[in-house]
Amino acid sequence: MSNTVIKIEDLCKTYRLGSINGKTLSQDLNSLIARILKKEDPNQKIGAVNFDRNEKLYALDQINLEVKEGDTLGIIGSNGAGKSTLLKILSRVTAPTSGNIYVKGRIASLLEVGTGFHPELTGRENTYLNGAILGMSRKEIDDKLHDIIEFAEIERFIDTPVKRYSSGMYVRLAFAVAAHLEPEILVVDEVLAVGDYQFQQKCLGKMGDISQGGRTVLFVSHQLSMIKALCNKCVLLDHGKVVKYGETVEVIEEYISQRQSPNLISQAVFDKDDQKENAQVYRVSIKNYQGDNCSIYEIFEPITLEVEYEIKKSLVGVALGFSIYKNQGAVCHSFDTDVNRELLNKREAGRYIATVAIPPILKAGNYVMDFTICRPGLDGIDFKKGIITFTVEEKTIDTSMCSYSTRRDGEFAAKQQWQYNKID
Amino acid sequence: MLSNQVNEINTEDWTMVIKPKTGWFDINIRELWKYRDLIKLFVNRNYASMYKQTILGPLWFILSPLITVLIFTVVFGNIAKIPTDNVPQFLFYMAGNTLWSYFAYCLNTTATTFTSNAVLFGKVYFPRLTMPISTVIFGLISFLIQFVMFICFVFFYALSGSAVKPNVFILITPLLIILVGLLGLGFGIIISSLTTKYRDLSILVTFGIQLWMYATPIVYPLTGLSEKYKFIILLNPMSSIIEIFRYAYLGSGSLPIHSLIYSSVVTVVVLLLGIAIFCKVEKTFMDTV
Repeated sequence: MSNTVIKIEDLCKTYRLGSINGKTLSQDLNSLIARILKKEDPNQKIGAVNFDRNEKLYALDQINLEVKEGDTLGIIGSNGAGKSTLLKILSRVTAPTSGNIYVKGRIASLLEVGTGFHPELTGRENTYLNGAILGMSRKEIDDKLHDIIEFAEIERFIDTPVKRYSSGMYVRLAFAVAAHLEPEILVVDEVLAVGDYQFQQKCLGKMGDISQGGRTVLFVSHQLSMIKALCNKCVLLDHGKVVKYGETVEVIEEYISQRQSPNLISQAVFDKDDQKENAQVYRVSIKNYQGDNCSIYEIFEPITLEVEYEIKKSLVGVALGFSIYKNQGAVCHSFDTDVNRELLNKREAGRYIATVAIPPILKAGNYVMDFTICRPGLDGIDFKKGIITFTVEEKTIDTSMCSYSTRRDGEFAAKQQWQYNKID
Repeated sequence: MLSNQVNEINTEDWTMVIKPKTGWFDINIRELWKYRDLIKLFVNRNYASMYKQTILGPLWFILSPLITVLIFTVVFGNIAKIPTDNVPQFLFYMAGNTLWSYFAYCLNTTATTFTSNAVLFGKVYFPRLTMPISTVIFGLISFLIQFVMFICFVFFYALSGSAVKPNVFILITPLLIILVGLLGLGFGIIISSLTTKYRDLSILVTFGIQLWMYATPIVYPLTGLSEKYKFIILLNPMSSIIEIFRYAYLGSGSLPIHSLIYSSVVTVVVLLLGIAIFCKVEKTFMDTV
């Protein structure tokens, strides 16, 4: 069993709501004297006789957490969940209200790159300054100066004041200094969203190296893909509490499903709209193999899409199109009726019901569907966004060993058969 | 959380414990020592921020006090005709101003430690005291330059036959300088701690220092005052320091040794109080500033 390097016990951080105090010394003194003399506070709001001084906001509420040596822990949660507060306490920028954190080893925090850079100083001077602020000794920086400059790719400009740097150079140098810290524990806020793509990859690689070197990294980000790529453990915070702590993939799934609060819709019905003179959709629904409207499917369970629509006058080149989005992200599948050439050529006016099977390739997750009637390349006739929401689960099948599990990379689930031939 | 076997926590295993803010005197000298490189670099940064991209650069170390003293000579010496203990007016003012400007610099700059570094302090931890300490050290450097200039003038005047008599009290100069620096530091960090909550203090400081200067015998000699005023002026811990400094180098004025002891006690008390408040505030000031 690996060692625990950070142990957080009953950590709380509260902020008082409203104005922190009188804000001027004289007002506070007035209040103080009044309290001593047991008189009415002259600065109290009228009417607020029993103003509750203890109305507090719990930014962190009884957090308990243990981080093991060598873990890369992602910290996720919506805004206001307490991520930054936790990082601030860990990096000792502010003190907790109650509770303790026990730490083994040196903590370096990167809540911002280029902290303390002074525009008038040269790149070299700033490297020393920034390194010292982050807790490096002069000797350590001496040893790493060459690597830092090389990593930042600014050899030529190292003796130029940083105020003449482009913002990219500035950030590269700043990250390079931070990346060459060698603390046992590294705390990183979303600082990687800097630099160009290539440099970002370099940063990610560096962070990976750090954690592979047996050191512990705590990483806050809203970019789940980054968390997924970097972290082996993940903690989900919500309103100052730990909601879930465990394997990254599971925690992220939990976060996504929680955030989407999936009010699943298996059928969307639309009233007749006379303004749509060419064609209109009346109903879109998805059904399970028994023909019932259904919004939760097991993986590989057949899903049938049914759409009822009216072609109000005879049209040429009309197609019905669907797009399926996963986790409110990119389109993961889209399809059309244009496979049927004869329908493209001419559509008779009339009311239709069309059904199609959605191919069983969707991995577990939440899906949202858009619908459109259009004449490709010409115009959209009727367009409905996000009308159907459904979930694919992987409950009944043990997917732990299967290629199509969400634990694995890749967008699609497909059953595949290997053919083995012994040739020797 | 992961394992049910909870290890017995041996407190010695942990290198650091992050706790809620604790008592009043929570200063970690060893940590401060570990960050001595940072103090050095902050001093360097102060220098750069002040004089890079100026034409005269470090010459300003000499020019600005020189101009101040010249103006004192014209206004207080020649126009107001305030007596100067029979020493050349220029030297008289320079002696006072050299020490005073060090004090004023320390006080002025350390007083804004928290407010002007809020962004930096909000992002990364390092012992906050490094900031005011580096200010005092930087101030000391510029003081020493002015001090050397002052010595040169003393020599010049002494050689040209003026009534300037440096004496054995020169030997306590280091004590005087330390007292000035620490006093400025002490008052400065008290004010900086309080300004995290009460912004009015920062306004008070700027003109408070001006007023304080007139409560210190810089543009007038202590000897010319009536006993009552002298007593009041000597309540100001800076007064005896400046008076003795002037006596040591110019051989004029008085030698209020008792008051110097008083000043030393005040300095120690103010400094300890300052550090206590500072350490109290530094842990949570991010939430109020």
